[in-house]
Amino acid sequence: MSCCAPGLDGAADGAIALPSDDEVLFSARDLGDGVRQVEFSVPQVHCAACIATVENGLKALPAVEAARVNLSTKRVTVRWKGEDLPPLVSTLARLGYAPNLSDDAAAGRDGTLSELLRAVAVSGFAAGNIMLLSVSVWSGAEGATRDLFHWVSALIALPAMLYAGRIYYRSAWSVLKHGRMNMDVPIAIGITMAYALSLYETIYSGPHAYFDASVTLLFFLLIGRSLDHVMRERARTAVVGLARLQPRGALVVLPDGGREYRPVSEIEPGMTVLVTAGERIPLDAVVTEGRSDLDCSLVNGESAPQTVAEGATVRAGTLNLTGPLTLRAIAPASQSFLAEMLRMMEAAEGGRARYRRIADRVSAMYAPVVHLTALVTFFGWLIATGDWHLAVTIAIAVLIITCPCALGLAVPIVQVVAARRLFENGVMVRDGAAMERLAEADMVVFDKTGTLTLGQPRLVNTHEIDPDALEAAAELGAHSRHPQSQAIAAFKGAGGKPIKFTSITEYPGQGVEGHTAGAVWRLGRGGWAGEGEGTLIGRDGVSLATFSFEDKPRADAREAVSILKREVGPVVMLSGDNEAACRTVARELDIDVYASGLMPADKVARIEEATSQGRKVLMVGDGLNDAPALGAAYVSMAPATAADVGRNAADFVFLHESLKAVPVAVEVARRAGRLIRQNVAIAIVYNIFAVPIAILGYVTPLIAAVAMSTSSILVIANALRLGKAGR
Amino acid sequence: MSMLIYLIPVALLLGGGALVAFLWAVRTGQYEDLDGAAARILLDDEDDKPLLK
Repeated sequence: MSCCAPGLDGAADGAIALPSDDEVLFSARDLGDGVRQVEFSVPQVHCAACIATVENGLKALPAVEAARVNLSTKRVTVRWKGEDLPPLVSTLARLGYAPNLSDDAAAGRDGTLSELLRAVAVSGFAAGNIMLLSVSVWSGAEGATRDLFHWVSALIALPAMLYAGRIYYRSAWSVLKHGRMNMDVPIAIGITMAYALSLYETIYSGPHAYFDASVTLLFFLLIGRSLDHVMRERARTAVVGLARLQPRGALVVLPDGGREYRPVSEIEPGMTVLVTAGERIPLDAVVTEGRSDLDCSLVNGESAPQTVAEGATVRAGTLNLTGPLTLRAIAPASQSFLAEMLRMMEAAEGGRARYRRIADRVSAMYAPVVHLTALVTFFGWLIATGDWHLAVTIAIAVLIITCPCALGLAVPIVQVVAARRLFENGVMVRDGAAMERLAEADMVVFDKTGTLTLGQPRLVNTHEIDPDALEAAAELGAHSRHPQSQAIAAFKGAGGKPIKFTSITEYPGQGVEGHTAGAVWRLGRGGWAGEGEGTLIGRDGVSLATFSFEDKPRADAREAVSILKREVGPVVMLSGDNEAACRTVARELDIDVYASGLMPADKVARIEEATSQGRKVLMVGDGLNDAPALGAAYVSMAPATAADVGRNAADFVFLHESLKAVPVAVEVARRAGRLIRQNVAIAIVYNIFAVPIAILGYVTPLIAAVAMSTSSILVIANALRLGKAGR
Repeated sequence: MSMLIYLIPVALLLGGGALVAFLWAVRTGQYEDLDGAAARILLDDEDDKPLLK
């Protein structure tokens, strides 16, 4: 990996506001004794050198007691002593590792993983030792020795069943309580019956005990479950670690003139809030003082920044670009645009909740069939021989041999391998069910700004502009956060004669002004910088050049769209932006169907209309205004630069700039779907062979162990094909 | 066969020892950052331990 190049990471692109000191203090945890701890997500940490740089850089600060990087989750935990916050954020940023505050809930250790690991360890220990004793029995130990081995096995198996097995008992009980069925129910019944029968056999010196089968089964299944958990946890921490685009709080001006940082939920209508350039607006408000440009692309999909001045209404989530603003809150956070979107999203959540996972559907059919077969076997033998003990033994042998070890592994193993492949391609998966739904999608809906395009303007008419004027404009543009200025600044040093400005000032909502010895240069809106329309550069009020911009499409967007059209189905673009901007992008990317100027509810309505026609819609979007549509769609995807709500609602999040992630994800999901079906078929074929042997009463513990291990290994080997192919 | 009296407890003790060692490793946070553990071998810091809560 080409490493340690801060800023090259896909997720770190774009202007990300660093967390303010108030925000950091707000999320710090008090450990007692005046020691505080805070956790940052640092996506750019890649290697040992990065660890050393970050840890030593932070420990060099006087108040810092400890700093520890976690490379797997790309987080750093910092502990310091005292009330005041050491300059942690600025130190990290200076070292080239821009930090984000990660969510409190995500901080701390993963309790479930520790529990699973301990259960795997206990069952592994028990399985190994019991297998040792069982092999001796199978190779001919008899009489008192065999009984002794069985008793020792029973003793070892008991804690394993109680400690490691409780994960399955708990899960089985919780679904049974709700009158449903999942794979854990036959597993729990199978291992319990096997243990009970073996104990009975042991007490009466019987020849056959299945302790090894029940514990080994548990061991294998727990490995599968742990892997599944690790995959989901990895995706979750990666998503949570992305930059928070919604502020936690804001600087409030108190009636007595003092200033205080307050969490968003405690800001009430009528309060005065200060927002500096580079911060996001915390809640719906009216501008009382100041002038600035707002980037609304995340909120309503408009690509061009809006100029706001006194009296304008601003919405929560928009990014303040150029000047400081004083705002008066007009709605509490619970009634802001953001909260409204959340409510719409919850209302729209339809297709997803109704979806039943393949494993659940299979087990709903599988379990009753298996249990019925065991029951029929029991009565068959009872009627045929009249021997209770024999009938029970054979019926339980049927349960043991059909205990769905292979089936329990069939689905999670494939999904773990698939998630691994997606991860390598920069795509995070929320859970296995999302992958199953993605494989079924047959229509794709894209948002425009920020999804098909980067949401950043690109200067397109450089060839028409005098190089000297371009150089001057680039010099001025570098002093503003306005996306158009940034686009012009990218052409600095492109060949023109450099100009030395004595002073440069930004006028929010207007543009940038620079002074040289004899002239005043202005880069900004027409009418202020010089006569004319649009964005231009002027000297002493005379326009020198007009700039035209275009929203740049994401890398590989055209190719991705054409693949999706061929492989998935119709591709539609739904945007909140104006008609002209949409037409240009649609033509460039060869999208036939598009709609412009849509409100969030319109997008949801379009998706619901398609759904009612039997379509399974994949929605790809990034904005706050897309969040309800992401919730309404059958399956959803968002770029890492998306608004927090959208990102959390999406089933998939892709980290890199390229839009190729979408067809790649579809392809992997479909291949995973095929492998899952194959695995289920393997498991069923195994049963077709094994069950008659069990019903006829020929199963011994040795046969059971061999049969179950073989089917599990087959299923795992089949799943691993996904990892190899297509590299 | 009288050897079994010693051998079975020995086998169990060895296995149990490994189990206890593993549980200790999990509890002291040694499985929290597997990628980091691989990278940290390149650092010279002698006193390099996971932060415990």
